[in-house]
Amino acid sequence: MNYCTKSFAFLFVVLLFVAGCGTDESRSVTAVSWGGSYGRAINEGVNIPFAEESGIGVVVEDYNGGLAQIRAQVEIGEIHWDLVDLEIAHAMRGCDEGLLERLDINQLPPSPDGIPAAEDFLAGTFTDCGMGTFFWSMVYAYNEENILSETKPSTMADFFDLNTFPGRRGMRRVPQMNIEFALIADGVPLDQVYATMSTPDGLDRAFAKLDMIKEDVIWWEAGAQPPQMLADGEVIMSTAYNGRIFNAQVLEDQPFVIVWHGQLLSIGQMVIVAGTPRLDEALEYLKFASTPEAMSRVSNRISYSPARRSGASLVATHVATGIEMEPHMPASTANVAHAVRYDWSWWADHQDQMNERFSAWLAQ
Amino acid sequence: MAGPIKLSGGSGYRAKLRALGLVAPLLIFIVVTFVAPLGTMLVRSVYDPVVADAFPETLELLDDWDGLALPPEAVYAMVAREIKRAGDERTLGQVASRVNRVQGGLRSAITRTERELREIEQGPWRESMTTIDSVWADSAVWYAIKTTGERFTARHYWNALDLQSLPDGSVVRQPEDRRIYLRLLWRTLMISGLITVLCLILGYPIAHLIACSSPSRANLLLILVLVPFWTSLLVRTTAWIVLLQTQGVLNEFLVTIGLISDGGRLAMIYNMTGTIVAMTHVLLPFMVLPLYSVMSSIPSTQMDAAASLGATPVQAFLRVYWPQSLPGVGAGALLVFILAIGYYITPALVGGSDGQLISNMIAYHMQTSLNWGLAAALGGVLLLIVLVLYAVYERLLGVEKIGLGG
Repeated sequence: MNYCTKSFAFLFVVLLFVAGCGTDESRSVTAVSWGGSYGRAINEGVNIPFAEESGIGVVVEDYNGGLAQIRAQVEIGEIHWDLVDLEIAHAMRGCDEGLLERLDINQLPPSPDGIPAAEDFLAGTFTDCGMGTFFWSMVYAYNEENILSETKPSTMADFFDLNTFPGRRGMRRVPQMNIEFALIADGVPLDQVYATMSTPDGLDRAFAKLDMIKEDVIWWEAGAQPPQMLADGEVIMSTAYNGRIFNAQVLEDQPFVIVWHGQLLSIGQMVIVAGTPRLDEALEYLKFASTPEAMSRVSNRISYSPARRSGASLVATHVATGIEMEPHMPASTANVAHAVRYDWSWWADHQDQMNERFSAWLAQ
Repeated sequence: MAGPIKLSGGSGYRAKLRALGLVAPLLIFIVVTFVAPLGTMLVRSVYDPVVADAFPETLELLDDWDGLALPPEAVYAMVAREIKRAGDERTLGQVASRVNRVQGGLRSAITRTERELREIEQGPWRESMTTIDSVWADSAVWYAIKTTGERFTARHYWNALDLQSLPDGSVVRQPEDRRIYLRLLWRTLMISGLITVLCLILGYPIAHLIACSSPSRANLLLILVLVPFWTSLLVRTTAWIVLLQTQGVLNEFLVTIGLISDGGRLAMIYNMTGTIVAMTHVLLPFMVLPLYSVMSSIPSTQMDAAASLGATPVQAFLRVYWPQSLPGVGAGALLVFILAIGYYITPALVGGSDGQLISNMIAYHMQTSLNWGLAAALGGVLLLIVLVLYAVYERLLGVEKIGLGG
């Protein structure tokens, strides 16, 4: 009701000062990201090295995604956030609405062996206002200890198969990605998913498929919930962000298994908020974050694939445990074979209507 | 501020000014943090100039359009020009997202049209626009532009009440699979009412116990009420998850004592039950504290007097104690109910699919869909309900009966 009290779920975390450089206050940028283990990887891989190298302080804030705060800041004309890590759908929308600075890919440094950034970034990762950061994916995972049958889930259809794998499922309480999953499970070829969703019959088919497991679904909101629910045995399988599952696997030794079949691959975007008084510093940060070295430092900490080819080629082993990163990467050759590229533009067109339909469906 | 009678001229005026100076910080604080944002949001629910500002001349031409046939070439030419201009001024995205709310798919159609129109210098516009995207051959797009072009609009309120206006001017209910808000509103009121009743049933005996205890024991009991009150809301909600989830403490206990089988564990969280239990716990102190403060002013000797005059305990309670505790009941119930209908975090965390309240939808439209007009309209409806309830309460009991003690 009152937008001053609406939950600004961000936290002021750290102000990274550079030792011995005597940074003055004006030379600092505020970089906003998702927090959690991903936020830590960004801190270690980008923020701290950037502050040390450039002498520009980095104020780190966490948020929960979305454009609301950016829009509020731009409308009032008081920009506190300079750089924000956005989902691509929001980056495109924010760009269209004039909330974000337009970026020029030619300003970014080339790869170490001289390939210009425009060719080095994978197709579709660099947009008008957003620099591609990392591929992340929505997958489903199960807890090996809780699936006692001989055969283990291996396809998206298994997620919807209550006969073979009885038990509760976790799904994110939004229509996007669940509709895709339902159609993949129903046998729609991976390259036909969005074409099918564009027909009324296709949508009915998706909801009919979702109906089959509706009674057994526990809906989650925050990315931290699925690993928790899997560990507690609250659900036997759950859709989840692949990085969260990876974290639980390697850092907490959880017996989780990711099923890569039908994974939905999306790309994160780093954007600059329109009208920031610290544009030069923000651009400098962006250039630094775009370097293959910075990207691979992040990807060696959490299993999200760099948007640049040269960055991906530098990814090797996990810094804390030394395990090979390749099998955990959503965009690795083996895992990408059964992936669907998330079509943000379809959702930009249909979000409002789909959300109403999904909410009505949930309430039935 | 000036009173009808000036008692001592200038000094009275100065005293008033001084008094005003003392309350000024509070007054400014309330205006800045409460009245102004609330006002802006309510204005947003009926005022939306984005499309009107971007397409002024197109909308003027559409004034005498019948809403059924396709408009003439001149309108296409004008909208093409205004689309290009909005593209240059970077307002087209906001226009597109508004039009898209009337009909899905128009967002990308409009932005694509803008991109491709850059290559086109002259007409026929209708033909080239239809080639770019076939939506321009459908009168629905023109209706969408025309309705979103109304500067002052009731459409957010229609939407909030599960209604829609049609091209012929009539207002009808939304199709079945898009009706969500009224049901949600009704559920919010029902759950809030139930929580209020539960809080009263649980809180009344506690408050009575505290009021009747010796000071040292009352202190201890009050602390027991206040410690959860001071504990973070998130901590308390998470604690309920630990207790109530399928593999949680309560279910484990019930399975261990053999009351339920391992396969028949109860679903007590991530549904409406979870919302009701957690919210009742969270809001309980708001019931207990006003009750306690009213009850502590009721002399305990009155009950003894009633008994000595031959009243049974039930009679004494109903005729002596209960009427005197009513102001506390009213205050507590109103407080709990009003807090409950605007509650947001607890249902979001433990509500699952059927324990969501209207405030969760408002948050969604504030933060994710960025449909602030609709969020404001939903908030407006909620505000209206609170005001109506308050008025009803006032009519029935009188506001002066609300006692917060003291």
